[in-house]
Amino acid sequence: MLLRLLAVQGTWNYETMIGNGIGFCIEPALRLLPGGVHSPEFKAALARQSKYFNAHPYLASVAVGSLARVELDGEPPDRIERFRTALAGPLGSVGDRLIWAGWLPLCSFLSLAVFGLGGGAAAVLLTFIGSYNAAHLTLRVWGLRTGWNHGMHVAHALANPVLRRGPDVIAPLAAFAAGLGAPLALMRIIGPGRALLSLVIAGTGLGSLLIVRLQGRVEGWRLALGVLAALVLFSVAR
Amino acid sequence: MITGLLAVTLLGAVLGLDTVSFPQAMLSRPLVAATLGGTLLGSPLSGLLIGATLELIALETLPFGASRYPEWGSASVVGGALFASSPSPGPGAMTLALLAALATAWVGGWTMIKLRQRNAKWAKKSQSALDAGSRGAVIGLQLKGLTGDLVRGALLTAAAVAAFVPLNEASLALWTVDARVSRAVTVGVAMSVAVGAAWKLFHGSIAARFLFVAGLGLGFTVLVLR
Repeated sequence: MLLRLLAVQGTWNYETMIGNGIGFCIEPALRLLPGGVHSPEFKAALARQSKYFNAHPYLASVAVGSLARVELDGEPPDRIERFRTALAGPLGSVGDRLIWAGWLPLCSFLSLAVFGLGGGAAAVLLTFIGSYNAAHLTLRVWGLRTGWNHGMHVAHALANPVLRRGPDVIAPLAAFAAGLGAPLALMRIIGPGRALLSLVIAGTGLGSLLIVRLQGRVEGWRLALGVLAALVLFSVAR
Repeated sequence: MITGLLAVTLLGAVLGLDTVSFPQAMLSRPLVAATLGGTLLGSPLSGLLIGATLELIALETLPFGASRYPEWGSASVVGGALFASSPSPGPGAMTLALLAALATAWVGGWTMIKLRQRNAKWAKKSQSALDAGSRGAVIGLQLKGLTGDLVRGALLTAAAVAAFVPLNEASLALWTVDARVSRAVTVGVAMSVAVGAAWKLFHGSIAARFLFVAGLGLGFTVLVLR
């Protein structure tokens, strides 16, 4: 089940989201139902678990563990369906804040700082992959175990301080890493452009202000694509 | 040449798969993917340089829920491989590799949307079997989605390499802007996106704003002392 969890988003789509992925992950546990894979209980449970579901992919492990448990405990189907619906919301928002808005930028900026301090390819990659995946894999394993151990009462476990307070602690740390990593990375990347450093810093100030002002209308990466395309055209065509 | 193209295509496919489908271990982040792309062509440091620049831009587009974002995995492999394969990294090599990676990421994002729509169609087609609790339908659908994503990444990477290698060579031969200016503009653009992204992520918290400024102070102090 843990290995299958790594592929929970394998059939992600805008209609059932990771629903089929949840069924795919729970399927090995459902084989333990009386009568095995050919029993009506197995088929009904698998059909129930493969319907629409949305959650953060890492915290989907909590859902997989607890839903497997309640199916094997023989809870009534309507109760399982209500429980399944109630699980989706919190597992999405907590995961987004904890991982996408916190842990990922923290690991990324820390690795950029290592790069800026002169770290080689191996050092930078080990810093990023090691730090990021230490939390990623721990979260998946913890989620599966917690879900399995608590079953229907998993909401209690979701009050875990890491999930509740983690985003509020990690975001400031990531902000510090961003402040530290950005200038260090800039100085290593800039190479021959170092002669124009003050202009680059002024340009960065103006550019970031523009991106913040245009938030919600144009994404920064699209502006970057436009500016670089203009530079290439100017350089090649003149 | 063929072996190099095959290796880059395979890497682009695997790292494209990592973006969402399997195992989402962030090996598809530009810092990792571009470095691996450069390493395949014998220059990990060139890949790392492009990877760090792309990472600054990619920090703006984090994979929240059903949001639509560029596909950085395959695109970064293309960027890293292009920069590493430039015969002598001339004045425009970094700008061109970065532009190729951004364009590939853009197209890659579109291909991910198409694959998600295709996944929905496949699911609809298997609806009666899924409703009947068919084990084969659930597993088959999942394997189909994973294979589709792998093939998507491979085709995207191969097409991008085939398009951008000759374009890159032709543009480098015609490049006229001074090396200092082109590098300064490229880095300035990437840094602007990164600072904008940091503001969007952290401006809501006073502690985060304070720590961002403290980090900046420490970063510049380290630079001055070195």
